[in-house]
Amino acid sequence: MCRATGGPVGEPVEANQEDEKIVKEEPVMIKVGQKAPDFTAPAYHKGKFISVKLSEYLGKWVVLCFYPGDFTFV
Amino acid sequence: MSIDSMFVHKMWDDKELSKMVTGGVPFPMLSDAGGRVGAVYGIYDEDAGVETRGKFIIDPEGVVQGYEVLTPPVGRNVSEALRQIQAFQLVRDSKGTEATPSGWQPGKPTLKPGPDLVGKVWEAWKTDMAFD
Repeated sequence: MCRATGGPVGEPVEANQEDEKIVKEEPVMIKVGQKAPDFTAPAYHKGKFISVKLSEYLGKWVVLCFYPGDFTFV
Repeated sequence: MSIDSMFVHKMWDDKELSKMVTGGVPFPMLSDAGGRVGAVYGIYDEDAGVETRGKFIIDPEGVVQGYEVLTPPVGRNVSEALRQIQAFQLVRDSKGTEATPSGWQPGKPTLKPGPDLVGKVWEAWKTDMAFD
């Protein structure tokens, strides 16, 4: 925050807008008709721990489902 | 995919899900520590620290054809997801010459978009076809 030199003494200092801006990334929805972002993730599959890379499923239809948590109710 | 570790996935499958589905969950249960993948897909709830109920249909080229996001208390409709995939597959197989109107189910008529159909959809499709 800066104040112009020579300003009136005793006046409240206005907050500099740019300094106050909180840097927070807003979640952006991906778009239909565009490539699904690739990722690699650890996984459990039929008794084994594996690594899954989305792009290894090219050539197949994929349903990618997210859910809040294991042992939840729905 | 959830923020749970693959170890918790194993315990959930062993202790509960295998009692619902014979042999346990047939597809990979993915772990997304910190919601990093969910954040990229836009469905990670940073305040709650969990993924919301996002579902993405991805075609053989890796292109997202559709998605749905629900808040946690309401479950998905698996039949609807399968219907959508069947519809996307039909459109793909037809190389875009056919489209599936509202309420389309396998076996129901499709639409053939083109000059002859403009203004004539009312003849080919009736509102009761929107429902099962």
